[in-house]
Amino acid sequence: MKFRIVKDKIAGSTMLVLTILSVLLAVLVGWGLYYKSLPLLEKNTLWDLLSSSAWKPSKGQFGFFAFIMGTLWVTAIAVLLALPLCLLSSIFISEYAHPRLRKIIVPVVDLLSGIPPVVFGVWGVLMVVPFIENYVAPHFVAYPMGYSVLAGGIVLGVMIFPLIIALFLEVFSAVPREMRDASLSVGATKWQTVKFVLLKKSLPGLVASVVLAVSRAFGETIAVLMVCGSVAIVPQSVFDSGYPLPALIANNYGEMLSAPEYESALLFAAFLLFAIIFLFNAVSRIVLGRIKKRIE
Amino acid sequence: MKWKKIEEQFFKALMILSTVVIVASFFLIVGTIVSKGLPSLSWEMLSEIPTGDFYMGGEGGILNSIVGSLYIAAGSSLLALLISLPIVIYINVYLKKSSWMGNLTRLGYDVLFGMPSIVYGAFGFTLMIYLGMKASLLGGIIAVTLLIIPIMVRTMDEVVRSVPKELFEASYSLGATRYETAFVLLKQVAPGIFTAILLAFGRGIGDVASVMFTAGFSNDLPQSLQDPASTLPLAVFNQLSSPVEEVQARAYGAALILTIVVLLISISARMMSKRLSKNKI
Repeated sequence: MKFRIVKDKIAGSTMLVLTILSVLLAVLVGWGLYYKSLPLLEKNTLWDLLSSSAWKPSKGQFGFFAFIMGTLWVTAIAVLLALPLCLLSSIFISEYAHPRLRKIIVPVVDLLSGIPPVVFGVWGVLMVVPFIENYVAPHFVAYPMGYSVLAGGIVLGVMIFPLIIALFLEVFSAVPREMRDASLSVGATKWQTVKFVLLKKSLPGLVASVVLAVSRAFGETIAVLMVCGSVAIVPQSVFDSGYPLPALIANNYGEMLSAPEYESALLFAAFLLFAIIFLFNAVSRIVLGRIKKRIE
Repeated sequence: MKWKKIEEQFFKALMILSTVVIVASFFLIVGTIVSKGLPSLSWEMLSEIPTGDFYMGGEGGILNSIVGSLYIAAGSSLLALLISLPIVIYINVYLKKSSWMGNLTRLGYDVLFGMPSIVYGAFGFTLMIYLGMKASLLGGIIAVTLLIIPIMVRTMDEVVRSVPKELFEASYSLGATRYETAFVLLKQVAPGIFTAILLAFGRGIGDVASVMFTAGFSNDLPQSLQDPASTLPLAVFNQLSSPVEEVQARAYGAALILTIVVLLISISARMMSKRLSKNKI
Protein backbone atom coordinates (compact mmCIF):
# COMPACT_ATOMS: atom_id res chain seq x y z
CA MET A 1 0.00 0.00 0.00
CA LYS A 2 2.76 2.41 1.00
CA PHE A 3 4.66 1.40 -2.12
CA ARG A 4 2.01 2.89 -4.40
CA ILE A 5 2.27 6.23 -2.69
CA VAL A 6 6.05 6.19 -2.92
CA LYS A 7 5.79 5.39 -6.61
CA ASP A 8 3.38 8.29 -7.06
CA LYS A 9 5.78 10.67 -5.31
CA ILE A 10 8.83 9.48 -7.23
CA ALA A 11 7.06 9.74 -10.59
CA GLY A 12 5.85 13.20 -9.62
CA SER A 13 9.27 14.56 -8.78
CA THR A 14 10.87 13.02 -11.87
CA MET A 15 8.27 14.66 -14.07
CA LEU A 16 8.68 17.94 -12.19
CA VAL A 17 12.41 17.92 -12.92
CA LEU A 18 11.77 17.10 -16.57
CA THR A 19 9.22 19.90 -16.87
CA ILE A 20 11.52 22.48 -15.31
CA LEU A 21 14.47 21.36 -17.45
CA SER A 22 12.42 21.51 -20.62
CA VAL A 23 11.23 25.04 -19.92
CA LEU A 24 14.81 26.00 -19.16
CA LEU A 25 15.53 24.91 -22.73
CA ALA A 26 14.22 28.26 -23.95
CA VAL A 27 16.65 30.01 -21.63
CA LEU A 28 19.46 27.66 -22.65
CA VAL A 29 18.94 28.27 -26.37
CA GLY A 30 19.02 32.03 -25.84
CA TRP A 31 22.02 31.91 -23.55
CA GLY A 32 23.97 29.54 -25.82
CA LEU A 33 23.50 31.78 -28.85
CA TYR A 34 24.30 34.91 -26.83
CA TYR A 35 27.44 33.31 -25.40
CA LYS A 36 28.61 32.39 -28.88
CA SER A 37 28.04 35.90 -30.21
CA LEU A 38 29.97 37.53 -27.35
CA PRO A 39 33.30 37.69 -29.27
CA LEU A 40 31.58 39.79 -31.93
CA LEU A 41 29.83 41.99 -29.41
CA GLU A 42 33.09 42.69 -27.62
CA LYS A 43 34.74 44.01 -30.76
CA ASN A 44 31.84 46.03 -32.10
CA THR A 45 29.08 48.00 -30.48
CA LEU A 46 25.56 46.71 -30.95
CA TRP A 47 24.62 49.89 -32.78
CA ASP A 48 27.47 49.49 -35.29
CA LEU A 49 26.48 45.91 -36.02
CA LEU A 50 22.86 46.84 -36.64
CA SER A 51 23.37 50.05 -38.60
CA SER A 52 26.34 49.26 -40.84
CA SER A 53 25.80 47.55 -44.15
CA ALA A 54 29.46 46.61 -44.76
CA TRP A 55 29.54 42.81 -44.88
CA LYS A 56 33.12 41.69 -45.53
CA PRO A 57 33.81 38.64 -43.39
CA SER A 58 37.36 38.31 -44.71
CA LYS A 59 38.20 41.80 -43.43
CA GLY A 60 36.34 41.24 -40.19
CA GLN A 61 33.55 43.67 -41.05
CA PHE A 62 30.13 42.50 -40.04
CA GLY A 63 27.30 44.94 -40.71
CA PHE A 64 23.80 43.50 -40.52
CA PHE A 65 21.82 46.46 -41.85
CA ALA A 66 21.24 45.03 -45.35
CA PHE A 67 20.05 41.71 -43.91
CA ILE A 68 17.76 43.36 -41.39
CA MET A 69 16.25 45.50 -44.15
CA GLY A 70 15.85 42.39 -46.32
CA THR A 71 13.95 40.68 -43.52
CA LEU A 72 11.77 43.75 -42.91
CA TRP A 73 10.87 44.14 -46.59
CA VAL A 74 9.93 40.50 -47.02
CA THR A 75 7.97 40.41 -43.76
CA ALA A 76 6.15 43.65 -44.55
CA ILE A 77 5.10 42.45 -48.01
CA ALA A 78 3.97 39.11 -46.63
CA VAL A 79 1.86 40.67 -43.89
CA LEU A 80 0.39 43.33 -46.19
CA LEU A 81 -0.67 40.58 -48.57
CA ALA A 82 -1.93 38.08 -46.03
CA LEU A 83 -3.65 40.37 -43.53
CA PRO A 84 -6.56 41.74 -45.62
CA LEU A 85 -7.16 38.40 -47.34
CA CYS A 86 -7.14 36.47 -44.08
CA LEU A 87 -9.24 39.02 -42.20
CA LEU A 88 -11.97 38.99 -44.84
CA SER A 89 -11.79 35.25 -45.20
CA SER A 90 -11.97 34.54 -41.46
CA ILE A 91 -14.96 36.86 -41.12
CA PHE A 92 -16.59 34.90 -43.92
CA ILE A 93 -15.78 31.55 -42.31
CA SER A 94 -16.89 32.53 -38.83
CA GLU A 95 -19.94 34.72 -39.60
CA TYR A 96 -21.30 33.99 -43.06
CA ALA A 97 -20.37 30.49 -44.18
CA HIS A 98 -22.80 27.63 -43.82
CA PRO A 99 -21.44 25.06 -41.32
CA ARG A 100 -21.19 22.53 -44.11
CA LEU A 101 -19.05 24.89 -46.20
CA ARG A 102 -16.94 25.70 -43.12
CA LYS A 103 -16.24 22.00 -42.71
CA ILE A 104 -14.66 22.00 -46.16
CA ILE A 105 -12.71 25.27 -45.99
CA VAL A 106 -11.11 24.87 -42.56
CA PRO A 107 -9.47 21.48 -43.27
CA VAL A 108 -8.05 22.75 -46.58
CA VAL A 109 -6.49 25.73 -44.79
CA ASP A 110 -5.18 23.28 -42.20
CA LEU A 111 -3.57 21.13 -44.88
CA LEU A 112 -1.85 24.22 -46.25
CA SER A 113 -0.11 24.62 -42.89
CA GLY A 114 1.28 21.10 -43.17
CA ILE A 115 3.08 21.67 -46.47
CA PRO A 116 6.86 21.75 -45.84
CA PRO A 117 8.72 25.05 -46.38
CA VAL A 118 10.89 23.59 -49.11
CA VAL A 119 7.79 22.74 -51.17
CA PHE A 120 6.63 26.34 -50.84
CA GLY A 121 10.08 27.30 -52.09
CA VAL A 122 9.80 25.02 -55.12
CA TRP A 123 6.38 26.49 -55.89
CA GLY A 124 7.87 29.97 -55.60
CA VAL A 125 10.66 29.11 -58.03
CA LEU A 126 8.28 27.46 -60.49
CA MET A 127 5.44 29.91 -60.42
CA VAL A 128 5.92 33.14 -58.47
CA VAL A 129 9.40 34.02 -59.74
CA PRO A 130 8.62 33.56 -63.48
CA PHE A 131 5.32 35.38 -63.03
CA ILE A 132 7.01 38.43 -61.55
CA GLU A 133 9.82 38.33 -64.09
CA ASN A 134 7.56 38.06 -67.13
CA TYR A 135 4.35 39.82 -66.22
CA VAL A 136 4.79 42.18 -63.29
CA ALA A 137 8.31 43.59 -63.15
CA PRO A 138 8.64 44.57 -66.86
CA HIS A 139 5.98 47.25 -66.33
CA PHE A 140 7.98 48.90 -63.58
CA VAL A 141 11.73 48.38 -63.97
CA ALA A 142 14.22 48.27 -66.84
CA TYR A 143 15.94 45.01 -65.87
CA PRO A 144 13.22 42.71 -64.58
CA MET A 145 14.29 39.95 -62.26
CA GLY A 146 12.05 37.38 -60.64
CA TYR A 147 14.19 36.61 -57.63
CA SER A 148 13.15 39.55 -55.49
CA VAL A 149 11.79 40.56 -52.12
CA LEU A 150 8.35 40.63 -53.76
CA ALA A 151 8.62 36.92 -54.62
CA GLY A 152 9.78 36.21 -51.06
CA GLY A 153 6.91 38.25 -49.65
CA ILE A 154 4.29 36.46 -51.76
CA VAL A 155 5.55 32.97 -50.87
CA LEU A 156 5.80 33.92 -47.22
CA GLY A 157 2.36 35.52 -47.28
CA VAL A 158 0.80 32.28 -48.51
CA MET A 159 2.77 30.37 -45.87
CA ILE A 160 1.29 32.41 -43.02
CA PHE A 161 -2.34 32.20 -44.24
CA PRO A 162 -3.17 29.15 -42.10
CA LEU A 163 -1.63 30.59 -38.93
CA ILE A 164 -3.44 33.93 -39.21
CA ILE A 165 -6.78 32.34 -40.06
CA ALA A 166 -6.57 29.86 -37.19
CA LEU A 167 -5.74 32.65 -34.72
CA PHE A 168 -8.42 35.02 -36.06
CA LEU A 169 -11.10 32.32 -35.89
CA GLU A 170 -10.19 31.67 -32.27
CA VAL A 171 -10.37 35.38 -31.45
CA PHE A 172 -13.77 35.75 -33.16
CA SER A 173 -15.16 32.77 -31.29
CA ALA A 174 -14.41 34.59 -28.03
CA VAL A 175 -16.96 37.30 -28.85
CA PRO A 176 -20.27 36.27 -27.23
CA ARG A 177 -23.16 35.32 -29.49
CA GLU A 178 -25.47 37.70 -27.54
CA MET A 179 -23.49 40.75 -28.63
CA ARG A 180 -24.04 39.92 -32.27
CA ASP A 181 -27.71 39.23 -31.64
CA ALA A 182 -28.14 42.55 -29.85
CA SER A 183 -26.70 44.40 -32.82
CA LEU A 184 -28.77 42.47 -35.37
CA SER A 185 -31.95 42.96 -33.37
CA VAL A 186 -31.74 46.74 -33.60
CA GLY A 187 -31.69 46.52 -37.37
CA ALA A 188 -27.98 46.46 -38.21
CA THR A 189 -26.94 44.45 -41.23
CA LYS A 190 -24.57 41.58 -40.81
CA TRP A 191 -21.67 43.62 -42.12
CA GLN A 192 -22.48 46.50 -39.75
CA THR A 193 -22.50 44.01 -36.90
CA VAL A 194 -19.11 42.74 -37.99
CA LYS A 195 -17.76 46.28 -38.29
CA PHE A 196 -19.11 47.80 -35.10
CA VAL A 197 -19.30 44.79 -32.77
CA LEU A 198 -17.11 41.91 -33.87
CA LEU A 199 -14.04 43.80 -35.05
CA LYS A 200 -14.24 46.36 -32.26
CA LYS A 201 -14.53 43.69 -29.60
CA SER A 202 -11.76 41.52 -30.95
CA LEU A 203 -9.25 44.24 -31.79
CA PRO A 204 -6.67 43.35 -29.08
CA GLY A 205 -6.78 39.70 -30.10
CA LEU A 206 -6.41 40.58 -33.75
CA VAL A 207 -3.37 42.74 -33.04
CA ALA A 208 -1.77 40.00 -30.95
CA SER A 209 -2.41 37.49 -33.75
CA VAL A 210 -0.77 39.76 -36.30
CA VAL A 211 2.27 40.16 -34.05
CA LEU A 212 2.49 36.38 -33.84
CA ALA A 213 2.25 36.09 -37.62
CA VAL A 214 4.95 38.73 -38.07
CA SER A 215 7.30 36.77 -35.85
CA ARG A 216 6.57 33.60 -37.80
CA ALA A 217 7.38 35.42 -41.03
CA PHE A 218 10.57 36.78 -39.50
CA GLY A 219 12.10 33.39 -38.96
CA GLU A 220 11.05 31.53 -42.08
CA THR A 221 14.20 30.45 -43.83
CA ILE A 222 14.28 28.04 -46.69
CA ALA A 223 11.30 29.10 -48.77
CA VAL A 224 12.39 32.73 -48.65
CA LEU A 225 16.02 31.87 -49.31
CA MET A 226 15.03 30.04 -52.47
CA VAL A 227 13.21 32.96 -54.09
CA CYS A 228 14.80 36.13 -52.71
CA GLY A 229 17.97 36.25 -54.77
CA SER A 230 20.35 36.43 -51.80
CA VAL A 231 22.17 39.62 -52.73
CA ALA A 232 23.44 41.56 -49.75
CA ILE A 233 22.04 44.96 -50.62
CA VAL A 234 19.48 47.18 -48.96
CA PRO A 235 16.40 46.72 -51.18
CA GLN A 236 15.13 49.98 -52.68
CA SER A 237 11.99 48.60 -54.29
CA VAL A 238 9.94 45.42 -54.19
CA PHE A 239 11.68 44.23 -57.37
CA ASP A 240 15.15 44.31 -55.83
CA SER A 241 16.83 41.21 -54.49
CA GLY A 242 17.10 40.88 -50.77
CA TYR A 243 18.96 38.79 -48.23
CA PRO A 244 16.97 38.14 -45.06
CA LEU A 245 18.71 37.22 -41.81
CA PRO A 246 17.67 33.53 -41.67
CA ALA A 247 18.86 33.06 -45.26
CA LEU A 248 22.22 34.51 -44.27
CA ILE A 249 22.64 31.87 -41.57
CA ALA A 250 21.49 29.01 -43.78
CA ASN A 251 23.64 29.98 -46.76
CA ASN A 252 26.91 30.39 -44.93
CA TYR A 253 26.99 27.67 -42.32
CA GLY A 254 29.51 25.76 -44.42
CA GLU A 255 32.09 28.51 -44.17
CA MET A 256 31.20 29.27 -40.61
CA LEU A 257 33.98 27.20 -39.11
CA SER A 258 36.70 28.84 -41.20
CA ALA A 259 36.97 31.80 -38.85
CA PRO A 260 35.79 32.02 -35.25
CA GLU A 261 34.62 35.59 -35.87
CA TYR A 262 32.47 34.46 -38.76
CA GLU A 263 30.83 31.82 -36.62
CA SER A 264 30.23 34.41 -33.95
CA ALA A 265 28.61 36.74 -36.49
CA LEU A 266 26.23 34.08 -37.82
CA LEU A 267 25.24 32.96 -34.35
CA PHE A 268 24.67 36.61 -33.46
CA ALA A 269 22.20 36.69 -36.35
CA ALA A 270 20.50 33.63 -34.87
CA PHE A 271 20.48 35.30 -31.45
CA LEU A 272 18.89 38.40 -32.95
CA LEU A 273 16.10 36.27 -34.44
CA PHE A 274 15.67 34.43 -31.16
CA ALA A 275 15.44 37.63 -29.09
CA ILE A 276 12.93 39.38 -31.36
CA ILE A 277 10.73 36.33 -31.80
CA PHE A 278 10.87 35.49 -28.09
CA LEU A 279 9.66 38.96 -27.19
CA PHE A 280 6.92 39.10 -29.85
CA ASN A 281 5.69 35.62 -29.02
CA ALA A 282 5.62 36.07 -25.28
CA VAL A 283 3.67 39.32 -25.41
CA SER A 284 1.10 38.17 -27.95
CA ARG A 285 0.61 34.77 -26.31
CA ILE A 286 -0.11 36.45 -22.98
CA VAL A 287 -2.72 38.68 -24.64
CA LEU A 288 -4.29 35.74 -26.50
CA GLY A 289 -4.23 33.61 -23.35
CA ARG A 290 -6.25 36.24 -21.48
CA ILE A 291 -8.84 36.26 -24.27
CA LYS A 292 -9.06 32.47 -24.24
CA LYS A 293 -9.56 32.44 -20.49
CA ARG A 294 -12.53 34.77 -20.91
CA ILE A 295 -14.38 32.13 -22.95
CA GLU A 296 -13.67 29.37 -20.48
CA MET B 1 -31.27 52.82 -46.28
CA LYS B 2 -30.21 51.46 -49.63
CA TRP B 3 -26.55 52.19 -48.94
CA LYS B 4 -26.10 49.65 -46.19
CA LYS B 5 -27.45 46.91 -48.43
CA ILE B 6 -24.91 47.79 -51.11
CA GLU B 7 -22.15 47.86 -48.54
CA GLU B 8 -23.20 44.45 -47.26
CA GLN B 9 -23.15 42.95 -50.74
CA PHE B 10 -19.83 44.57 -51.58
CA PHE B 11 -18.01 43.23 -48.54
CA LYS B 12 -19.61 39.84 -48.80
CA ALA B 13 -18.29 39.56 -52.34
CA LEU B 14 -14.83 40.61 -51.17
CA MET B 15 -14.91 37.99 -48.42
CA ILE B 16 -15.90 35.22 -50.77
CA LEU B 17 -13.19 36.32 -53.16
CA SER B 18 -10.52 36.24 -50.42
CA THR B 19 -11.63 32.82 -49.27
CA VAL B 20 -11.48 31.54 -52.84
CA VAL B 21 -7.96 32.96 -53.23
CA ILE B 22 -6.78 31.28 -50.02
CA VAL B 23 -8.33 27.91 -50.78
CA ALA B 24 -7.11 28.10 -54.37
CA SER B 25 -3.53 28.78 -53.23
CA PHE B 26 -3.43 25.32 -51.66
CA PHE B 27 -4.57 23.62 -54.86
CA LEU B 28 -2.28 25.83 -56.92
CA ILE B 29 0.76 24.71 -54.92
CA VAL B 30 -0.15 21.03 -54.95
CA GLY B 31 -1.11 21.24 -58.63
CA THR B 32 2.17 22.88 -59.61
CA ILE B 33 4.22 20.29 -57.74
CA VAL B 34 2.22 17.38 -59.18
CA SER B 35 2.37 18.58 -62.78
CA LYS B 36 6.11 19.32 -62.62
CA GLY B 37 7.09 16.38 -60.47
CA LEU B 38 5.10 13.56 -62.02
CA PRO B 39 7.11 13.27 -65.29
CA SER B 40 10.40 12.78 -63.46
CA LEU B 41 9.06 10.27 -60.98
CA SER B 42 10.24 6.71 -61.55
CA TRP B 43 10.77 3.48 -59.66
CA GLU B 44 14.52 3.94 -60.04
CA MET B 45 14.28 7.21 -58.16
CA LEU B 46 12.61 5.58 -55.19
CA SER B 47 14.75 2.47 -54.99
CA GLU B 48 18.36 3.44 -55.72
CA ILE B 49 20.99 5.53 -54.06
CA PRO B 50 22.78 8.26 -56.07
CA THR B 51 25.74 7.25 -58.23
CA GLY B 52 28.92 9.31 -58.42
CA ASP B 53 27.80 11.78 -61.07
CA PHE B 54 24.20 11.92 -59.89
CA TYR B 55 24.35 15.65 -59.34
CA MET B 56 25.55 16.15 -62.90
CA GLY B 57 22.61 14.22 -64.32
CA GLY B 58 23.92 10.68 -63.82
CA GLU B 59 22.12 7.52 -62.77
CA GLY B 60 20.62 6.81 -59.41
CA GLY B 61 17.78 7.74 -57.12
CA ILE B 62 17.11 9.37 -53.80
CA LEU B 63 16.65 6.32 -51.59
CA ASN B 64 19.34 7.69 -49.26
CA SER B 65 17.25 10.79 -48.59
CA ILE B 66 14.01 8.86 -48.14
CA VAL B 67 15.62 6.52 -45.63
CA GLY B 68 17.43 9.38 -43.88
CA SER B 69 14.20 11.34 -43.55
CA LEU B 70 12.35 8.36 -42.12
CA TYR B 71 15.13 7.64 -39.62
CA ILE B 72 15.33 11.24 -38.46
CA ALA B 73 11.56 11.79 -38.28
CA ALA B 74 10.92 8.46 -36.54
CA GLY B 75 13.84 8.79 -34.12
CA SER B 76 12.99 12.31 -33.11
CA SER B 77 9.26 11.58 -32.80
CA LEU B 78 10.04 8.74 -30.41
CA LEU B 79 12.50 10.82 -28.40
CA ALA B 80 10.15 13.80 -28.30
CA LEU B 81 7.29 11.57 -27.15
CA LEU B 82 9.36 10.21 -24.28
CA ILE B 83 10.09 13.76 -23.15
CA SER B 84 6.72 15.41 -23.77
CA LEU B 85 4.41 12.76 -22.35
CA PRO B 86 5.65 13.14 -18.74
CA ILE B 87 5.48 16.92 -19.07
CA VAL B 88 1.88 16.86 -20.27
CA ILE B 89 0.94 14.40 -17.50
CA TYR B 90 2.66 16.53 -14.89
CA ILE B 91 1.00 19.82 -15.78
CA ASN B 92 -2.43 18.22 -16.13
CA VAL B 93 -2.57 15.54 -13.44
CA TYR B 94 -0.13 16.60 -10.77
CA LEU B 95 -0.71 20.34 -10.95
CA LYS B 96 -3.96 22.14 -10.21
CA LYS B 97 -5.84 23.60 -13.14
CA SER B 98 -4.80 27.21 -12.56
CA SER B 99 -1.36 26.67 -11.06
CA TRP B 100 1.17 29.31 -12.05
CA MET B 101 3.69 26.66 -12.96
CA GLY B 102 1.38 24.96 -15.40
CA ASN B 103 0.57 28.28 -17.02
CA LEU B 104 4.23 29.25 -17.21
CA THR B 105 5.07 25.92 -18.83
CA ARG B 106 2.29 26.40 -21.37
CA LEU B 107 3.47 29.92 -22.13
CA GLY B 108 7.04 28.64 -22.48
CA TYR B 109 5.95 26.04 -24.99
CA ASP B 110 3.84 28.55 -26.89
CA VAL B 111 6.96 30.68 -27.27
CA LEU B 112 9.16 27.71 -28.21
CA PHE B 113 6.51 26.66 -30.74
CA GLY B 114 6.97 29.99 -32.51
CA MET B 115 10.75 29.69 -32.73
CA PRO B 116 11.92 29.24 -36.31
CA SER B 117 13.66 25.98 -37.12
CA ILE B 118 16.83 27.80 -38.15
CA VAL B 119 17.29 28.86 -34.53
CA TYR B 120 17.06 25.22 -33.41
CA GLY B 121 19.44 24.27 -36.21
CA ALA B 122 21.99 26.89 -35.19
CA PHE B 123 21.64 26.00 -31.52
CA GLY B 124 21.89 22.27 -32.25
CA PHE B 125 25.01 22.94 -34.27
CA THR B 126 26.59 24.91 -31.42
CA LEU B 127 25.67 22.16 -28.99
CA MET B 128 27.25 19.52 -31.24
CA ILE B 129 30.49 21.44 -31.52
CA TYR B 130 30.50 21.85 -27.75
CA LEU B 131 30.03 18.10 -27.31
CA GLY B 132 32.59 17.31 -30.01
CA MET B 133 30.07 15.61 -32.30
CA LYS B 134 30.20 15.61 -36.07
CA ALA B 135 27.22 16.25 -38.34
CA SER B 136 25.38 12.94 -38.24
CA LEU B 137 22.07 11.15 -38.04
CA LEU B 138 22.14 11.63 -34.26
CA GLY B 139 22.78 15.35 -34.62
CA GLY B 140 19.82 15.66 -36.96
CA ILE B 141 17.62 13.69 -34.59
CA ILE B 142 18.57 15.96 -31.67
CA ALA B 143 17.84 19.17 -33.61
CA VAL B 144 14.50 17.89 -34.92
CA THR B 145 13.57 16.63 -31.44
CA LEU B 146 14.07 20.14 -30.06
CA LEU B 147 11.89 21.44 -32.89
CA ILE B 148 8.97 19.06 -32.40
CA ILE B 149 8.76 18.82 -28.59
CA PRO B 150 6.71 22.05 -28.45
CA ILE B 151 4.33 20.75 -31.14
CA MET B 152 3.76 17.53 -29.21
CA VAL B 153 3.34 19.18 -25.82
CA ARG B 154 0.87 21.73 -27.17
CA THR B 155 -1.21 19.24 -29.14
CA MET B 156 -1.37 16.67 -26.35
CA ASP B 157 -2.07 19.32 -23.72
CA GLU B 158 -5.05 20.53 -25.72
CA VAL B 159 -6.44 17.00 -25.95
CA VAL B 160 -5.87 16.21 -22.29
CA ARG B 161 -7.48 19.46 -21.17
CA SER B 162 -10.67 18.53 -22.97
CA VAL B 163 -11.08 15.48 -20.74
CA PRO B 164 -13.87 16.14 -18.20
CA LYS B 165 -12.72 16.32 -14.62
CA GLU B 166 -15.24 13.65 -13.62
CA LEU B 167 -12.90 11.06 -15.11
CA PHE B 168 -10.18 12.13 -12.69
CA GLU B 169 -12.63 12.21 -9.80
CA ALA B 170 -13.91 8.74 -10.57
CA SER B 171 -10.37 7.43 -10.56
CA TYR B 172 -9.43 9.20 -7.32
CA SER B 173 -12.62 8.08 -5.60
CA LEU B 174 -11.58 4.46 -6.18
CA GLY B 175 -8.41 5.18 -4.27
CA ALA B 176 -6.05 5.50 -7.23
CA THR B 177 -2.98 7.68 -6.87
CA ARG B 178 -2.24 10.47 -9.33
CA TYR B 179 0.31 8.22 -11.01
CA GLU B 180 -2.27 5.50 -11.53
CA THR B 181 -4.83 8.05 -12.68
CA ALA B 182 -2.38 9.11 -15.38
CA PHE B 183 -2.76 5.69 -16.99
CA VAL B 184 -6.55 5.94 -16.94
CA LEU B 185 -6.15 9.30 -18.65
CA LEU B 186 -3.70 7.96 -21.24
CA LYS B 187 -6.09 5.21 -22.21
CA GLN B 188 -8.81 7.79 -22.74
CA VAL B 189 -6.72 10.14 -24.90
CA ALA B 190 -4.71 7.53 -26.84
CA PRO B 191 -6.05 8.59 -30.28
CA GLY B 192 -5.22 12.23 -29.46
CA ILE B 193 -1.68 11.27 -28.56
CA PHE B 194 -1.40 9.42 -31.84
CA THR B 195 -2.56 12.55 -33.66
CA ALA B 196 0.14 14.56 -31.89
CA ILE B 197 2.78 12.04 -32.92
CA LEU B 198 1.64 12.16 -36.54
CA LEU B 199 1.66 15.97 -36.62
CA ALA B 200 5.14 16.08 -35.11
CA PHE B 201 6.34 13.40 -37.51
CA GLY B 202 5.00 15.38 -40.46
CA ARG B 203 6.71 18.54 -39.30
CA GLY B 204 9.94 16.65 -38.64
CA ILE B 205 10.06 15.00 -42.04
CA GLY B 206 9.51 18.26 -43.89
CA ASP B 207 11.86 20.61 -42.14
CA VAL B 208 15.17 21.65 -43.67
CA ALA B 209 16.64 24.50 -41.68
CA SER B 210 17.11 22.39 -38.56
CA VAL B 211 18.87 19.47 -40.27
CA MET B 212 20.98 21.52 -42.67
CA PHE B 213 23.79 22.06 -40.19
CA THR B 214 23.26 19.03 -38.03
CA ALA B 215 22.63 15.98 -40.21
CA GLY B 216 25.37 16.53 -42.77
CA PHE B 217 24.89 15.08 -46.21
CA SER B 218 25.66 11.69 -47.66
CA ASN B 219 24.94 9.65 -50.76
CA ASP B 220 24.98 6.41 -48.80
CA LEU B 221 22.40 4.90 -46.55
CA PRO B 222 23.24 5.72 -42.93
CA GLN B 223 24.44 2.58 -41.12
CA SER B 224 24.80 3.98 -37.63
CA LEU B 225 23.85 7.04 -35.61
CA GLN B 226 27.29 8.53 -36.25
CA ASP B 227 26.91 8.47 -40.04
CA PRO B 228 25.92 11.63 -41.86
CA ALA B 229 22.51 11.40 -43.50
CA SER B 230 20.57 13.18 -46.19
CA THR B 231 16.88 14.02 -45.93
CA LEU B 232 14.18 14.49 -48.56
CA PRO B 233 13.85 18.27 -48.15
CA LEU B 234 17.64 18.57 -48.29
CA ALA B 235 17.63 16.55 -51.52
CA VAL B 236 15.05 18.92 -53.00
CA PHE B 237 16.99 21.95 -51.91
CA ASN B 238 20.38 20.72 -53.13
CA GLN B 239 19.19 19.43 -56.48
CA LEU B 240 17.22 22.55 -57.24
CA SER B 241 20.35 24.69 -56.98
CA SER B 242 22.06 22.58 -59.65
CA PRO B 243 22.45 24.17 -63.09
CA VAL B 244 21.75 20.83 -64.85
CA GLU B 245 18.15 20.63 -66.01
CA GLU B 246 17.72 16.90 -65.39
CA VAL B 247 18.83 17.31 -61.81
CA GLN B 248 16.36 20.14 -61.34
CA ALA B 249 13.61 17.95 -62.75
CA ARG B 250 14.49 15.34 -60.14
CA ALA B 251 14.17 18.00 -57.46
CA TYR B 252 10.55 18.45 -58.54
CA GLY B 253 10.08 14.68 -58.34
CA ALA B 254 11.53 14.63 -54.83
CA ALA B 255 9.30 17.55 -53.85
CA LEU B 256 6.30 15.60 -55.10
CA ILE B 257 7.24 12.55 -53.00
CA LEU B 258 7.68 14.79 -49.96
CA THR B 259 4.33 16.50 -50.57
CA ILE B 260 2.49 13.20 -50.94
CA VAL B 261 4.03 11.80 -47.74
CA VAL B 262 3.29 14.94 -45.74
CA LEU B 263 -0.28 15.28 -47.02
CA LEU B 264 -1.01 11.63 -46.24
CA ILE B 265 0.30 12.16 -42.72
CA SER B 266 -1.68 15.36 -42.18
CA ILE B 267 -4.89 13.89 -43.51
CA SER B 268 -4.64 10.81 -41.32
CA ALA B 269 -3.79 12.99 -38.32
CA ARG B 270 -6.93 15.09 -38.86
CA MET B 271 -9.05 12.00 -39.33
CA MET B 272 -7.68 10.64 -36.08
CA SER B 273 -8.44 13.85 -34.23
CA LYS B 274 -12.10 13.55 -35.17
CA ARG B 275 -12.39 10.85 -32.55
CA LEU B 276 -10.15 12.34 -29.93
CA SER B 277 -11.31 10.18 -27.09
CA LYS B 278 -11.68 6.46 -26.91
CA ASN B 279 -14.95 6.37 -25.01
CA LYS B 280 -17.57 9.08 -25.07
CA ILE B 281 -18.13 10.49 -21.62
